[in-house]
Amino acid sequence: MYEIVREPVRTSLLHKTFIFALTYLLIGWVNPVRLRAQTLDNEQCLTCHGYRSLERIENEESISLYVDRQVFNHSVHNVLSCTDCHEDALPQPGKPGHSPGLQKVACGNCHRVALQQYSMSLHDKRVAGGEELAPMCQTCHGSHDIKPLASPESNVRPIKIPALCGSCHHEGTEVSVRYNIPQDKILENYSQSMHGEGLLKKGLTVSATCVSCHTAHRILPHTDPRSTIAKQNIASTCSNCHTEIERVHQKVIRGQLWETEPHKLPACVDCHQPHKVRKSFYIEGIADEDCQKCHADQEIKSSLDGRSLFVDKTEISHSRHAQTACSQCHINVDPRHDRPCETLTEPVDCSICHESQGEDFRHSIHGELVAKNDPNGPSCTECHGDHSVQGRANPDSPIFPTNIPNLCGNCHRTGQDAAVRYEGAEKDIVFNYIESIHGKGLLKSGLTVTATCTNCHTAHREQPASNPNSSVHPNNIAGTCGECHMGVEATFLKSIHSPMVSQTDERLPVCSTCHSAHTISRTDEENFKLQMMTQCGQCHKEVTESYFDTYHGKVSQLGYTKTAKCYDCHGAHDILPPEDPDSRLSRQNVVETCKTCHPAANRQFAGYLTHATHHDPVKYPILFWTFWAMTGLLTVTFLIAGLHTLLWLPRSFQWKRELRRRLAAAEQAEQFDGNTDEENNEQQ
Amino acid sequence: MNSNKSTQPQYERFTRLNRALHIFTILSFITLSLTGMTLKFSYTGWAVGLSRFFGGFEAAGFYHRLAAFVMIMVFLIHLVDLARLKISSGWTFKDMLLHPNSMWFNKKDWLDLKASLKWFLGQGDRPAYGRWTYWEKFDYLAVFWGMVVIGSTGMTLWFPEFFTLFLPGWVLNVATIIHSDEALLATGFIFTVHFFNTHLRPEKFPMDIVIFSGRVPLEEFKLDRPEEYAKLVENGELEKHLVEPYQPIVIRAIRVFGTVALFTGLFIVVWIIYAMIFAYR
Repeated sequence: MYEIVREPVRTSLLHKTFIFALTYLLIGWVNPVRLRAQTLDNEQCLTCHGYRSLERIENEESISLYVDRQVFNHSVHNVLSCTDCHEDALPQPGKPGHSPGLQKVACGNCHRVALQQYSMSLHDKRVAGGEELAPMCQTCHGSHDIKPLASPESNVRPIKIPALCGSCHHEGTEVSVRYNIPQDKILENYSQSMHGEGLLKKGLTVSATCVSCHTAHRILPHTDPRSTIAKQNIASTCSNCHTEIERVHQKVIRGQLWETEPHKLPACVDCHQPHKVRKSFYIEGIADEDCQKCHADQEIKSSLDGRSLFVDKTEISHSRHAQTACSQCHINVDPRHDRPCETLTEPVDCSICHESQGEDFRHSIHGELVAKNDPNGPSCTECHGDHSVQGRANPDSPIFPTNIPNLCGNCHRTGQDAAVRYEGAEKDIVFNYIESIHGKGLLKSGLTVTATCTNCHTAHREQPASNPNSSVHPNNIAGTCGECHMGVEATFLKSIHSPMVSQTDERLPVCSTCHSAHTISRTDEENFKLQMMTQCGQCHKEVTESYFDTYHGKVSQLGYTKTAKCYDCHGAHDILPPEDPDSRLSRQNVVETCKTCHPAANRQFAGYLTHATHHDPVKYPILFWTFWAMTGLLTVTFLIAGLHTLLWLPRSFQWKRELRRRLAAAEQAEQFDGNTDEENNEQQ
Repeated sequence: MNSNKSTQPQYERFTRLNRALHIFTILSFITLSLTGMTLKFSYTGWAVGLSRFFGGFEAAGFYHRLAAFVMIMVFLIHLVDLARLKISSGWTFKDMLLHPNSMWFNKKDWLDLKASLKWFLGQGDRPAYGRWTYWEKFDYLAVFWGMVVIGSTGMTLWFPEFFTLFLPGWVLNVATIIHSDEALLATGFIFTVHFFNTHLRPEKFPMDIVIFSGRVPLEEFKLDRPEEYAKLVENGELEKHLVEPYQPIVIRAIRVFGTVALFTGLFIVVWIIYAMIFAYR
């Protein structure tokens, strides 16, 4: 009998129908009552009961005992004899008719499954408790007039069900007065609901009726865990019809959460009010007004820790969650209590709606801290706020791009908790960011598309760079930067520095190696250009040193950027070894590369040794020997001249005295000639 | 100094042209060394500051080339001067080289050197030096050689695109080394050995202004270069070379200029020594 079952999700409905039919037939055939010969002709019974005036007085009320032959003959039970049901109506020997006061008919003799279900129901419990309003089989199904289910005249055809149940369950009935049934205006609401409208106005008999949710016979209150409308069963009840509802509720009931942690999800009825399922009703949820009865009070405080429990309704109505009901977040409220929030135990779990964000957050360092109950771990509300939560497009929101550096800075600014605990190499993160090209773009130029903290570190899945899953882990940096810097990533991944090109154990540079993380500056800034050479030199030590021996390097070292620096010749993101034909320094490209600065460059000009050093006799013998020849010349010259001078010095002092003496003598001689000149003090 | 002394006729040792050329040599040489050294010792903070002072490496490069032009002109004018001398005197090249007053070395220089060494070692008297002493000739020829070497390599570096049309690229590297080290030799030599030999040695301290004034007091000349004096007296040509001394204000200006040049030179030496010893990489 299973081969007709194609889709597992439909199993229950088809299966039940099938079983029901089978059981019905089996019971019909093997039922002893059925097999028993009709011991009494129905006509015999109708001899008396065919009279309209036949009645019985009980408690001063007359009860008609008339059975309409026509009605019975058209009923579903027309094949049965009266005594099949009224078993104790067998005639007594020698007397006409039967003894008065027959037992109530036990439908369950035949309808065993229905009886079994009914016997578990609230209705049966009330019957057993002697409650006269409680319905029994015939209350709904009728007695001698029971029509086949398919008959338009059946009392329990879907289209008639709301009215049937509503005969007791509508405003003003004795049932509604006597019992505290949490729902009100059930029939009215139902008839206006999507289901009611479908059934009653559009005649869609597949629309959900009362029994679709509450079952026909096994009606139980929602507080009973066995009930189809108990909170934990609602989803499966609704999905009897709404079989693929998870597809349109992906955020709420996606994936494992649906299967493993249903208590974390709001029940269908938390959003779709049970008897009012209609789009226009969704927004109301569990009446926010009820919550506001207490929480509008500014003085209301938690009895546990004294924090204010005041909820500013205008704050919510201006928030991103203006259309969200209290109970959609505070999901464990129980409207049966005077204080529905009494049952709240868990804090709000935003991930019941924001599922992917929640998943990311659980994998972030923040989420890990929160999971460990570390007071430093920020929860959703620390960044997003609670009732005032705003979308990131709202400039007042703390997560609006221009507010993010400040938001993260609350903990990560120098001196704050997270910055104190942090042991990595980055310093003055927030300050440096603000001074960086990204920070200036964001905060000074107001470019809200500029990278903020969350663009690189992600909003919810931030992890330290040491974590291989981190967006800022060296292996992932290129991808992270590439999100904005289109094309650069692709170029970089083809370069020699890309791990896809270079298979090496050595650490390859990533974007941040050269551009830094938080101090990132414009690449046309002088400081950046000069810094690049030291940056390259961290790995390419020897070539950088020899570069600084050449004219280009020397000018750079003086702090000028107009001569060729590493990247001017080698390229930046597209850097390739000179052997590579695509390299800017390959044989076919090198002259063009030189020409960018030296327009008249030629093939031999490109032969200039840009990394020449005179310290390497093997690689550059000519330079080495030229240098040492020059140095030899210098040394010899200075040695000879120095020695000559040193030897001269003492004699020179002597000669100075001698000169002075002789000049004085010459002066005296001249004085004799009539000249009174003091000679030559000039040189002294 | 009194008026009497300043009116005494003095011996004119250097022509006006030579004195002018020397001044231009000083100016261009100091400019060349200062600007050049910023590159050679670019790894020192000193060089960075000096380069800024000049207004950046491009401005420094401009001054370097301007000074190079001046120095080349000095060199060429001197060559023209020599050519004029050759033509007016009718000397052959050989005569030019072997003339007693030639800047080329001759036998007397060898004898003077030996006699000087003896004098230094207390084995004899001060030699009777002539018009050009051997160390003066060495200074002159060193500068002559230096101008050729530094000038030619400098031109290669000035116009690398042109020179690599017929020379391989590595020649630029070699030229850089030669240009730079020969310049170091020239600078070091001029600002130490030449300074001492000519200006700072005790009997001339702090400077010998004859290269600027061209004049030397006759008495001093007589004692300093007895051989030349004797020759002039012998030939009766001394009177021909006697001129009026300069006004004191001119002398003072010369001293100021000389002092500045001297200190700049010494300053450069200090910087070179610092760079070579403490900052060399």
